[in-house]
Amino acid sequence: MRFGYSVKRKLLQLIAFGCSNAHLLNFKGGKIYTGKWKYFCNPGLNCYSCPAAGFACPIGALQAVNGSMNYSFSFYVTGLLLAFGVVLGRAVCGWLCPFGLLQELLHKIPSPKLKLKKIFLYLKYVVLVIFVLILPIAVTDYMGMGKPAFCQYICPAGTLEGGVFLLAAHEGLRKSIGALFTLKMAILLVTILGCILIYRFFCRILCPLGAIYGLFNKISIYHLEVDEHKCNGCGKCKRVCQMEVDPVKFPQSAECIRCGACVDACPQTAVRLGFCNRKG
Amino acid sequence: MVDNKKKRLLFLRVAGLVIAVVFICFGGFRGEMNIVLNKAITICFECIGLG
Repeated sequence: MRFGYSVKRKLLQLIAFGCSNAHLLNFKGGKIYTGKWKYFCNPGLNCYSCPAAGFACPIGALQAVNGSMNYSFSFYVTGLLLAFGVVLGRAVCGWLCPFGLLQELLHKIPSPKLKLKKIFLYLKYVVLVIFVLILPIAVTDYMGMGKPAFCQYICPAGTLEGGVFLLAAHEGLRKSIGALFTLKMAILLVTILGCILIYRFFCRILCPLGAIYGLFNKISIYHLEVDEHKCNGCGKCKRVCQMEVDPVKFPQSAECIRCGACVDACPQTAVRLGFCNRKG
Repeated sequence: MVDNKKKRLLFLRVAGLVIAVVFICFGGFRGEMNIVLNKAITICFECIGLG
């Protein structure tokens, strides 16, 4: 019996979700995990203020170091992102990202499904540059410390995974709710609605991590290949792609999350995903 | 032509991984991991919408 990529990927997504959020008992007391695994970053987007989170969020960590008193560039987090990017590219989004799995589950809710206009795909690069790279360094307090602007003003993963659960557990925190929380809840609600209507709405429009990994898709070791001799141009691969990529024309597209739907759909076995190049 | 493309790709991958390892080691050596840990083990008020 041979499983397709959809089954293999869902299985690995669930395992990655479980490994990223293993400290489930912390939900009970509204605590967060404080162990040494948080020296390391999760490859995917997962808020470190989620009670169950076992690793640091790479985007949060990048902003924390860049906005710290002593440093304005994080070699450590950049190095980790570079390593994940070169090896996996956006396969991290498709196979390992906990928030990616949540978005896919939301999209399964029955509703009319919409396509995304291409122009919106560039918004995530604007978010990356302004909110993750510039603001934490440029806007600082009297001590020279910047705030994680993406986490503060946008990140719906933090609101959902951290905010909702921690605020539910702590009355003291609930008393501090203000305009910022209202803004973040509004972004979370738009994200949830967007994900129901559009496949991976947040991932494609706003996620700075997706923007970073997308840049590596052209060189990533785990890659998509199309055998031009086998391909008969039927277009099935393009039709099944929920990220709206044409794998034949753009196998290394920055939007391809290496989900493998095109591989499963190809009747000619012309499309292939893997770490090694096709022989011959 | 194809060989050149493959060689360039291999070079970029190897160079990317080497730079990644150097960055991780250098960042760890100058104490960035402590900043990451300290941020990650305290409730991030910005992340949850209070900060």
